[in-house]
Amino acid sequence: MAAPTAPPRSRLQTALGDAGFAALVTFGLSFPLLAFRTEQDMQNRLVVEPRWSWSLAAVLAIFCARLLAGLIQDWRARALAIPGALVAIYGGSLALGPSFSAGALTACAGLVLLALAFPLDARLRQAPAPAARSEGSDRSRLFALGGVLALFLFPFVMLTLLGPAGSLKWINNYGVQILIYVMLGWGLNIVVGLAGLLDLGYVAFYAVGAYSYALLSTTFGISFWLCLPLAGILAAFWGVILGFPVLRLRGDYLAIVTMAFGEIIRIVLINWTDFSNGYAGISSIPRVTFFGVPFTANEDGFAALFGLEFTPIHRTIFLYFLILCLALLTNAVTLRLRRLPIGRAWEALREDEIACRSLGVNTVNTKLTAFALGAMFGGFAGAFFAVRQNFVSPESFTFIESATILAIVVLGGMGSQVGVALAAVAMIGGTEILRELDFLKHIFGGSFDPAQYRMLIFGLAMVVMMIWKPRGLISTRAPSIFLKHKRAVAGSLVREGHG
Amino acid sequence: MSRWLDDPLLSVEGLTMRFGGLTAVSDFHMRVGRGDITALIGPNGAGKTTVFNCITGFYKPTQGRLALAHADAASTHDVDALTRSGRRFASMGGRDLFLLERMADYEIAARARVARTFQNIRLFAGMTVLENLIVAQHNALMRASGLTFFGLLNTPGHQRAEAAAVARAVGWLERINLIGRADDPAGALPYGDQRRLEIARAMCVDPVLLCLDEPAAGLNPRESAQLTALLRSIRDHDGVSVLLIEHDMSVVMQVSDHVVVLDYGRKIADGAPQEVREDPRVIAAYLGVDDEAEVIAAESEIARLAGEAP
Repeated sequence: MAAPTAPPRSRLQTALGDAGFAALVTFGLSFPLLAFRTEQDMQNRLVVEPRWSWSLAAVLAIFCARLLAGLIQDWRARALAIPGALVAIYGGSLALGPSFSAGALTACAGLVLLALAFPLDARLRQAPAPAARSEGSDRSRLFALGGVLALFLFPFVMLTLLGPAGSLKWINNYGVQILIYVMLGWGLNIVVGLAGLLDLGYVAFYAVGAYSYALLSTTFGISFWLCLPLAGILAAFWGVILGFPVLRLRGDYLAIVTMAFGEIIRIVLINWTDFSNGYAGISSIPRVTFFGVPFTANEDGFAALFGLEFTPIHRTIFLYFLILCLALLTNAVTLRLRRLPIGRAWEALREDEIACRSLGVNTVNTKLTAFALGAMFGGFAGAFFAVRQNFVSPESFTFIESATILAIVVLGGMGSQVGVALAAVAMIGGTEILRELDFLKHIFGGSFDPAQYRMLIFGLAMVVMMIWKPRGLISTRAPSIFLKHKRAVAGSLVREGHG
Repeated sequence: MSRWLDDPLLSVEGLTMRFGGLTAVSDFHMRVGRGDITALIGPNGAGKTTVFNCITGFYKPTQGRLALAHADAASTHDVDALTRSGRRFASMGGRDLFLLERMADYEIAARARVARTFQNIRLFAGMTVLENLIVAQHNALMRASGLTFFGLLNTPGHQRAEAAAVARAVGWLERINLIGRADDPAGALPYGDQRRLEIARAMCVDPVLLCLDEPAAGLNPRESAQLTALLRSIRDHDGVSVLLIEHDMSVVMQVSDHVVVLDYGRKIADGAPQEVREDPRVIAAYLGVDDEAEVIAAESEIARLAGEAP
């Protein structure tokens, strides 16, 4: 019965068929769930009210989404199409409601993005098929996805379990605080872990980022969202400034100069009072807003806009998501860079600088990009620090901060993203946990404060670590490319770099 | 029939290298023929590695000119014009001309396309064998990744370039019989494999001149024979000129088309292997004075001293 040679169906036909089927399923599912609503009428009788429009909307939405998904198959094109579609829908609803002109403009912008996704998809689909994946990569991918999901759910879980007042400590002191150090650790990991350049003054870039936001926002009133990239760029610029004089230095000499650089920035901030207000610092830095909506109890505040009851935890949760996204961005960029020529050149530089030069690798540029990129992420973290504290002073950028961040990188295992994150949790979370151990007062007397002993405990932990795991928590190195099997490189073969 | 005189790829003129008061190389002249395997030999401390480091830019020579011409031999006029112009390299009359003494080490590898290996192997020990060969193609990949910007987006152009780099690396791994160990760390390979891998890595730079510093050091006879075959195939199959420092005379005499002998920083012989082997100055400097003559001299000295004694 079937035609001997069915003509190959075009992509549009396939997508239309697929979308039609999905729409049918949606209708079937939404019919009992959305299309009717029971309500009590005046006589307390239960009446069924038809709500076909809801069902129709769901069917239409699924049809369009499925059609687009069928037509745009590359994830990068989808990454362009999804925001485009969302912007178009937002613009459309705006145009129907309050402001037609602004809404129409937004909708057009969204549609343009959406339209661009089609040629992009067509181009990307012609690209060669990616190399074979390793056996373990699916499992580790699933693990990472689960971890990220857990991190996104963490504040909500805390909120439901402990309520707004009880969860503040967990989201702020544990969540935000640890994530700042995770991000700083990942930023420094580029310089120390990948490029093998020992940087003892990383806090300088953190300070540059923090003061960039503090000064730009208080002096010129620039918003945080504009200041964030500016802070990164300024910090990267200072990274290059530091990079130039230390290009020829190695080992101990490099460490001393970077340490001096960190101190110079701090001392300039202390003494140049006209610029930075010295020890007094800069206060009343504008607080973070929800893309322009402030977290206040006013009518135009975040809580009122979304019909929630005002509590200060909203801002904290937003800050948590902000630093989580920044840290994930740092991680994503670092992981991607490791697989690009620049990242391989960093690691090759750590392994053997002379060999790098003999292969035509411009070691000057390679070192400077490592310093600049590491500094940029430090700058982002600094801007976040300023907007979180709404106060900065040179006190926050002492040498001990640099030492802590470096300790996180070394403890985690130089070059390992997971290791650095674990070390940050252990070191920063550990400090916070010490504050919780009130029961020890019953044993050692009322004046005993375990948090006072944190440096002692860290020192001991470091010594123990260096005896048992001298290459850090995760000492193996994952290769950036492989032919058949992805096998981790033993830590004993990987060099620490010459600086 | 000496290619190094008719069609030199590299000509070294008046090369002098002083370290403080020590003159390691003085007024050294040599030519490396295009498509030749040239051996630079001499006793320990003769200044061979110093010459190497000057050619590859790791030392800045005290004096001298090192002119390298791609495609075909440059005229003296062109070289002089470039020298006077103060530039490091130029394209003159359709051929690229480089003054290596003015260029930085990485530029010599990237632009002049001179790749090298080291006396003490310098692999990226903590990176896999494949990664070592990919890093060697850094500049080509960097261009394809749009200085990282296109690479971040993983554009098709970058993907194609990476696939091509992997294919090139795989080709070399097959040639040096290391394809089965592509995903192992380079530091875990046995010594002989590391030597071959370092040569393959240098070849992945896509050089016109390959400089090998004692490639046969520490190899057993079988590995030496493999090395000889590899060097010949690099010359004949890839058309790359080879300059090597070597102590293993069997390797030198088997593969080289041209031998230059250094002693105490001066050139004492230059020519085809057969001529050099028979040169009395080379025999004296390189192999020491003839044993028999030495014994006779010593005996007559003893006799003379005995005669003088009362």
